[in-house]
Amino acid sequence: MRRVIPVLLGCATLGAALGWVITRPDPLEQSYGAGLTPDPEAGALVFAAGGCVSCHAAPESEGEEMLVLAGGLPFPSDFGTFHAPNISPDPTHGIGDWTLPEFARAVTRGVSPEGQHYYPAFPYTAYQHLAPQDVVNLFAYMQTLPIADVPSLPHEVGFPFNIRRGLGAWKVMFFNEDFVLANASDVEVERGRYLVEGLAHCGECHTPRNALGGLEQDAWLTGAPNPSGKGRIPGITPAHLEWSKADLVEYFTSGFTPEYDSAGGEMAEVVSNLAQLPESDREAIAAYLKALPGG
Amino acid sequence: MHLTKSITAIGIGAAMIATAGFAASHSEKAASDAVNARHAQMQLIAYHTGILGGMAKGETEYNADMATAAATNLHAAAGFTPDTLWLEGTEQGAVEGSRAKAEIWSDSEGFSDAFMALETASADMIEAAGTDLDALKAGMGAVGKACGACHDDYRGPKN
Repeated sequence: MRRVIPVLLGCATLGAALGWVITRPDPLEQSYGAGLTPDPEAGALVFAAGGCVSCHAAPESEGEEMLVLAGGLPFPSDFGTFHAPNISPDPTHGIGDWTLPEFARAVTRGVSPEGQHYYPAFPYTAYQHLAPQDVVNLFAYMQTLPIADVPSLPHEVGFPFNIRRGLGAWKVMFFNEDFVLANASDVEVERGRYLVEGLAHCGECHTPRNALGGLEQDAWLTGAPNPSGKGRIPGITPAHLEWSKADLVEYFTSGFTPEYDSAGGEMAEVVSNLAQLPESDREAIAAYLKALPGG
Repeated sequence: MHLTKSITAIGIGAAMIATAGFAASHSEKAASDAVNARHAQMQLIAYHTGILGGMAKGETEYNADMATAAATNLHAAAGFTPDTLWLEGTEQGAVEGSRAKAEIWSDSEGFSDAFMALETASADMIEAAGTDLDALKAGMGAVGKACGACHDDYRGPKN
């Protein structure tokens, strides 16, 4: 017994140390974006495709006001209620004093400038795929937006989910760096994959989650219960949706379904974002969806 | 004397119940007719939008005359006077098949503005549809936006 205790203690210490190491937030990449020239106009399209306003605009705002990214929208979940933060260029309440490497780490790795993990309500597991040039352009564009002089609302999350370090373990389990569609058959599908799996983060709503909130990649884009508790978000693989490529493109452009009903709820906002993109991007998204298994 | 009074009271009571019953069934029919007529209006809108959409998608060949006719009818259907269609008491839950939110009546100004957006978009579409396919395609966005914006605020979830 005397021999066992030190071994057990040793194991526990080693385990804790290992746990501490693997849950550690990613370090800053100081040279991120070096040599890239920011293009804020191109950043506006990244901003639209990324759907930033859908979550970060103040609730109930419309039109131009939506560019004031004051945050505040609540996201109820099984783990508590998250609130979208202020990401306007306000130096105190927003991201006005962030550096590009800090911004890039926040968006693509889910780590705050203070070195804390973000909750995955922020879709960084999708944004990880962003090309550095897109991040640089997005950062430049967001600095041109109006300032919102209001503090972010705190998340209402209870124990143990309020321990941010635990999100490091979540990331170990669910931050999968590979694309779900492993092989893109051509350049258009590849662009569509970048948009669907990355920038436009379609899987966040259209893919079901496991008990810990991780996306079930085996059931990619096959539909999921609506987190609001009412109804279901539809599956959008060819097995679930028999729309033609032209039907999909029209839906992303005007919001019309093949029956000429209109997109509703959150999808109406997604359509108003996608409608701002070049038609080739909407075609690429459609091509990607048609390339998913089940077609 | 007592008996006469009682009989009279029963008679009046029965008559009142019968009248109320008739009134109720009458307004029930009127309400469900109004909902059906609204659905017919929406169908007319969808049908003509579909003709334009088919051309926009390249499923049917662009034809300026047909496109103009579709846009003209779409505009006419969008311009129906609301008084006969959006009767009070015909919201979702009150009448079977209705998905009308109570906000249509509590915020009637907003609802009328939302419908006006479709009247404007469809009026522009008459011009665009007769011009060329690119103009038609561009016009679809505004029509879709008008439909979606109104549905978002004033249409309830699927029954």
